[in-house]
This record gives sequence, C-alpha cells and structure tokens, in this order.
Amino acid sequence: MSVVTNTTTIGAIDAPSRRNTELMLLGFAVAIPVFAYINVGLALDGELPAGVLGYGFGIGLLAGVAHLVVRKFAKYADPLLLPLAALLNGLGLVMIWRLDQSQRLIQRIESRYGEGSFSPDAPKQLMYSAIGITLFVAVLMLLKDHRILQRYTYISMAAALVLLVLPMFFPAVNGAKIWISLGPFSIQPGEFAKIIIAIFFSGYLMVKRDALALASRRFMGLYLPRGRDLGPILVVWAMSILILVFETDLGTSLLFFGLFVIMLYVATERTSWIVFGLLMSAVGAVGVASFEPHVQQRVEFWLNPFAQSTWEQSDQIGQALMSFGAGGTLGTGLGQGDSDLIGFAANSDFILSSFGEEFGLAGMMAFLLIYGLIVERGVRTALAARDPFGKLLAIGLSGAFAIQVFVVAGGVMGLIPLTGMTMPFVAYGGSSVLANWALIAILIRISDTARRPAPAPAPSPDAEMTQVVRP
Amino acid sequence: MNKPLRRIAIFCGLLVLALLVRTNWLQYVEADDLNANSKNRRIQIERYANERGNIVVEGKAITGSVKTNDTDFEYKRTYVNGPMWAPVTGYASQAFDANQIEKIEDGILTGNSDRLFFDRTMAMFTGDKKKGGNVVTTLDAAAQKAAFEGLGDKKGAVAAIDPRTGKILALASTPSYDPSSFAGYRDKDAKAWNALNKDKDKPMLNRALREVYPPGSTFKVITAAAALEYGKVSDINEPTKTPDPYILPNTRTEMVNHAGGCENATLNRAMEVSCNSVFAKLGDDVTRDKMVEMAEKFGFNSEAFVPVRTSASVYDKKMDRPQNALSSIGQFNTAATPLQMAMVTAAIANDGKLMKPYMIDKLESPNVDVIEQTEPEEMSRPISPENAQLLQQMMENVVENGTGTNAAIDGVKVGGKTGTAQHGENNSKNPYAWFISYAKGENGSPVAVAVVVEDSNARRDDISGGGLAAPIAKAVMNAVLESEK
Repeated sequence: MSVVTNTTTIGAIDAPSRRNTELMLLGFAVAIPVFAYINVGLALDGELPAGVLGYGFGIGLLAGVAHLVVRKFAKYADPLLLPLAALLNGLGLVMIWRLDQSQRLIQRIESRYGEGSFSPDAPKQLMYSAIGITLFVAVLMLLKDHRILQRYTYISMAAALVLLVLPMFFPAVNGAKIWISLGPFSIQPGEFAKIIIAIFFSGYLMVKRDALALASRRFMGLYLPRGRDLGPILVVWAMSILILVFETDLGTSLLFFGLFVIMLYVATERTSWIVFGLLMSAVGAVGVASFEPHVQQRVEFWLNPFAQSTWEQSDQIGQALMSFGAGGTLGTGLGQGDSDLIGFAANSDFILSSFGEEFGLAGMMAFLLIYGLIVERGVRTALAARDPFGKLLAIGLSGAFAIQVFVVAGGVMGLIPLTGMTMPFVAYGGSSVLANWALIAILIRISDTARRPAPAPAPSPDAEMTQVVRP
Repeated sequence: MNKPLRRIAIFCGLLVLALLVRTNWLQYVEADDLNANSKNRRIQIERYANERGNIVVEGKAITGSVKTNDTDFEYKRTYVNGPMWAPVTGYASQAFDANQIEKIEDGILTGNSDRLFFDRTMAMFTGDKKKGGNVVTTLDAAAQKAAFEGLGDKKGAVAAIDPRTGKILALASTPSYDPSSFAGYRDKDAKAWNALNKDKDKPMLNRALREVYPPGSTFKVITAAAALEYGKVSDINEPTKTPDPYILPNTRTEMVNHAGGCENATLNRAMEVSCNSVFAKLGDDVTRDKMVEMAEKFGFNSEAFVPVRTSASVYDKKMDRPQNALSSIGQFNTAATPLQMAMVTAAIANDGKLMKPYMIDKLESPNVDVIEQTEPEEMSRPISPENAQLLQQMMENVVENGTGTNAAIDGVKVGGKTGTAQHGENNSKNPYAWFISYAKGENGSPVAVAVVVEDSNARRDDISGGGLAAPIAKAVMNAVLESEK
C-alpha cells in the first residue's frame, strides 16, 4: 500500500493522523479573526480595541480545546473541518461586534424600545460559540461511533416531527413561525431538526433502500416505486408543505425536502427519485404560492426589489443588494461600510451582505469557497465512509449544509426569493451556532471512523493448508 | 453508493458556483448601477460625510457646511444669500438629492472625484480628514446683486455674460427659493420642499436657463443680422421698400405696427422704433432656411451646457412662409431662454464672435490647487465683424434715440433692444417685457445682458420692455463696469 493517498480523506493504512496540519490551520483560523478585530477597532475608533487580548485568548482557548478533544477522541478525523468552522465562527463574531458599534442600529433600537434598550450581541454570540464548542466536545466524547445513532432512527423521527410542528403553536416572529419561546429563551428548532432528520433518513433508508430501489415497475423509462414505498416520501412532502403553510417558513421546507431527495437518490441510486422529488416540490411550491400571500410577497420582493411598492413594505433586499454593490471588488474595509442601513436582521439573516460590503467581491469569493470546502469535505467523508449508514448521514448533513448556505446566500444576493434562515456559523443566533457545531462534530466523527486505519487482520485459524477431504 | 455521491458532490459544487457567479455579477458587473441607484442612501451619506467643498464667487464662498449630530449625515449644507444664488448653485439636500452645480460637481465637492485621488491619498498618509474641493464660478457678485434686486418682487430672470470670454456674470431668477430651507431631511425640510413644489409661481424653476419665453422684438436683432449677413440689406440707412400695412405672405393678414413711420423705413429706423412690418418682410426675404441657419449659429435649437444644462431655444424648422415672417419678429412659436438672448447680444457686442458661455472658472482641490481651469472657447461666428458693427450702431441708436433710452449710461456706449412678447391665446395673458443690451468701453464689451420680466401689466409694445426691463439691465451693466475699474 502506498502512502500517496494521504492528501485525501480516504485513508490508506498507516495514513498520518494529520492532527498537526489541523493545529497549524487552526492557528490561522484564530489569527485571521484577531487581525480582523483589530482592524475594526482601528477603523471605528482609531485605536486598538480594548478587548483584543481577551478576544484572542477566548477564541484561541475555544479552538485549542476543540483541537485537543479531536486529537484525543477522533485522532484520524478530517483536518480541515474544524479550522474552517472556527474561522467562520471567529469572523462572524467580529462582524457582529462591528455591527454592535453601529450608531444607526443602536438608535434604531433605542427609538423603538426606549433609551438604554440596546444590548450588544457579540458577548452573547461569544457565549453561544462557547456552548457550541462544548456541544462539539460532548458529541465527540459521548458518540464513540456514529453507528450508535442508527438505534435512534424512529425516536429521531418522532423528535423531528415534534420540533418541526411545535413552532406552529407559538406566535409568529417577524412573519415566520419558526421559534419556540420558553421564558427568556427562544430556540429555532428547525436548525436542530435538520440534523435529527438526517439521522432518521439515514437509518430508514439504510433499511429500505433495496426495497425502494428494486421493487419498482418501469414506466416510460422511469422506475416507479411501489405505493407502500412511496408512503414516507408523501409524508415528507406533506410535512414540508405543512411547514410552508402553517409556519410560512419557505427555507426550512426547502431544506427539508431537498435533503430528503438527495438522501433518497444516494440510497437508491435511482435518478427517477430526483425527478419525483423535483416534480413534487414544484407542485407543492406552485400550489402553496397560489394562495399563500406571504410566499407571493417574497417572490414579488425578489422580482422587483427596487419597486416603490416593495420599498414601502420592506427595503431589505434592495438594501442588501446595494450593500454588495457598495462593496465592489475589494470592499470598503472592515468597519467602513454602511451595511447597517439594512436595519433589522443586519447581523443575522443579512450578515452576509455586511461581509459583501466590507470584504468586497474578493472576500465573498473566499467566504463562499470556505463554505464550499466544508461541504466538499463532508461529501468526501461520505465517499470514504465504509458503512452505508455513515455514508448516508455524512451526505445528508453536508447536503443540508450546502442547501442552507445556498438558500440563505442566494436569498440575500437576490438569486432566489429570500427565506428566513441563518448563514451557518457567521450569523448571530444561538440555535444556529449550536446546531452547526454539532453537525461538524458528527461529520468529524464519521470521518474519523472512515479514515481510521483498518485493524491488522487477525490471525486466521484457517491459515493452515487446506486439507483435502477424501471420501 | 459512490456514484450518486459523486453526482451530489458536483451538485453541491454547482450550488456554490451559482453563488460565486452571482456575487461576481452583483459586485462587479452591477456594482456601478447599484451605487448610482437613487434609492441608495449611501449617495447622500457620502455627500455629507465630510465637510463639503464650497461654491465660490469672487473669492468668497456662497455655500457652507455645518456639523450636525446625525448618525447618517455628519454635515449639512448651508447657503449664504440662498435665494439670490440659487439659480447658480442649485441645491444639495439630504432628503431630496441635489441639482445644478451641486450635483454636476458633486465629485469635487465631496472630494470623491477621481481627479482628487492624489489629494485623498496624501490625506490618508498625513492623517488629515477628507475634505471636498471648491468650485470657483465666473460670477460677478455685484452684477448678481443688481440683477436680483432689480427683479425684486417681479417674476422674471436675468442672464449676463462677458462677451469677450463667455463668462457668465449674473444669473438671476425670481421668485426664488432658499436651498437652505430643505437642506436636511427632517419634517420641516419636507414641508418646505413640498410647499416649493406646489407653489404655482414655480420658485424652483431656473428661469434664466430652463424657461423659454417668446423673445418678442428682441429677436429682431437676429433678423437684422440675417438680412445683413445674407445680403438683403447692405446699407442700414437705405429705405427697405416695406409697404405699410404689410400683408403677411400668402395671407390677407396685416402685420400690425405699433410705431409710426414704418413705411419704407430704413433698417436703422425700423430697429429704433421697432417696426414689425420691416422685420417680418426681411425675415421672409431671407427665407426660412436661412433664418433657421442664422438662429442656430447663435445657439438656437440646441441645449447649452454651462455646465448646467439649459433648455433649447426654438426657431421652428418646418414653418410656412407667414409663420416664418411672424417668427422673424419673435412671435409664433419662437422661444428663447434669457441666457440665449444674452448670447445673441454678446456675439454682436464681441464683433460677431460668439464665445461659449460657462460659469465654472476653475475647480480647486481641498488645498486650493487648481485641478481644472476652464479656458474661454469660441462657439461660432454667426456674423462678420463689419455686420456686427452695423448691428452695434443700430442697437446703440436704440438706446440713444429709440425705445431703450432707459438703459443709457453716461459716458459709456450702450446698445440695446427692447421687446414685449405677447403670449397666450389671443394675447390674453400679460406680455413679457424683454430687454437685451451690452455696454462697451475701449477694450471691447465687458457685459451683455438679457432681462425678461414676466408679469408686466403694460400692454403697449416695446415701451414696457424699455420701462420694466431696461433699468434692470442698466443696473447690471453698471455693476459690471464698476467692478471692471
């Protein structure tokens, strides 16, 4: 066996663990946000920000702990996932901190909720990041083997259903019912549901894949599934439509449905499932759009962001587009843009436009490539995984991640209608940070299993020469 | 399962690719459009982010900036004697954009112009705060004051030019407005803005550049110029063989004369008392196409950019003969901006050479280096120097002996022409009183001026031009002559 393949996730026997690579990359992933932090301070106040040591130490510590845990509990894991996630999280923190300094946003809040009602989001986000990394550590320590998750297939289904249905009973926040509020806490269950659903699908499809793939009739070049196998698909389809109708959450239903189509396709290896998936999502989308005013409005905003009627209702998309334009090729520089003109949700759903404005096209390309890298490392992990459950789970998680990035970034950039979701890691929000750290932890766990050197073959008792049995 | 996995990998790659293409599209291809979008508040924020440069007249700023306590707009525009200078500066409002010089030279005034790149870079190294550059105008403060105060409560406009260079010396329009009144974006600014927009006297209309008036008898100098230039008259003191009453060609309509003694009058005499019949006949003799040619050489039928855009004055190219005859005395649909008539006067006073009018002398960087200096530029030569001098003789005669005596200045050669333009159906509306004139010393003419007063109540042809508009022209010329000394 050669060792040439050690640049890939597919581990050869005696593949190096790559932990030192990861450590070095983590160094960059901590240093870059610290420089960005200094940059914001210099741009806004003309001096080094007071908290630079604390901030650098804080994220350095978090990254260090995460690294040590990976070193100990997932020795052969993919070395890119953790540094990339840490880099995004760090840059997100800097941008949230930068938007905290915006007089425009502070005045906006204080004029609405009264003097002194503004509280900065960055410290909270730092706390969420810490909790997120704790969750990351917990997953790696407790989940010794991802195949354990198979046992929870049907529990996951139940949990996902509850998580997705619950927000219907809570009041809508800014037009979308995607929140569960418990006293002072509120969580977005959709963020966690994507992981739990991926677990359920993996477990379910692993068992049913043969039935779905083979027991079908050929009709006009397509493999039509049997009715009873079609059942779960129709349930998922119906659920995503229900989410769309009752929670007016276009993003989650799109994510949910896309995830299912991807996993079905991978499990069955039948293109016909994609055709069905697209057909059904088209039917669902058109059907809902024909009577749901919220969805119609989103489409209208998307098509005519600068129309006067759009502008009077919501100038967010237009403002986001102008942010990107203002950034141009090289950006205005951190702290020097006016992306806070977006106002509401500037540091959560629309944080990407702040990056677009202040980092420019160059920065945006880097950003999107970082996301692309995370996704492709996830797919790599799926390719390398040796068990079908691991393969399905890895592709499910990376697919969900990819769709989420596409839906959010595409919405903010006016490529597709806007849906309310958060940009993983960079956007402000506890649920999002926690869920994505857990997602990365599971991917790291699968990649560790996939790249772990195969144990040396046990000495076989049959090693002796085969004896010829004579009659 | 690896084959579909690879396909999913490609699919995810395509999603990212779509985002990459989109971000390139937004931030590279569409960036300029987005940055110029009128809904983009950054334009305003940027405009007021630094102390804005000033518009300068004779070394003194007629604009200013005050610091505000606003999160978006750090500075606000102020104006010194706003109503008087509004036709020159235009306005710069946080809520209502900007216009005229404030808009055209926005790059220099904000300091964002590429031409200030070096200054910006230097300021970056020296740590200076970014500042805007200045726009130095050609205007003459005394002339502007004379024009604005001369118009007073009357509705009208004045344009004065230095014929030798084309420098605009005065540009007044009344009723005017104070650009300071809506420079911010608060409620009171919106109120002021709405009131100005609803005002039926249109105070925000720049009458000197953007309003076309029927020029009335002042247009006769162009007809006279065409008659001389195209050889229809060679001696201005020779009778013109014009019958009185003169019947418009191909019609039975008589051309009415308000003055006596127009039968067979000489060109000089016809100018002096403003005979309609003589000029209508001359216009017809010259023919429509030649009249159009002459008018266009003086600048009719095209917009001028001084650098503020003016409306195009009109001399119709498709009229029939009687209409052309009417147009030759400034009636029918002939229309001119006050600046256009000042240009006509200036060309005559400058011996036939028309200089391109301009009102920005130079642009200065924040540290007062000259970035761009406007050089006088010849626009056209509508008439020969000899014919120009003949026209001067006639116009000076008008001031000495004719309808324009109100503009006479002791010890200075002044030439002029009055006009009262009827308008409205059946002349139902109050006529416009016009006066165009120039003053001349040993070194050529330092000033040519056109005055129009809209709401004159006088009905009598030409007298009102001389009575209402000529004193204003005189005051402006006096002011320029004083500054010349």
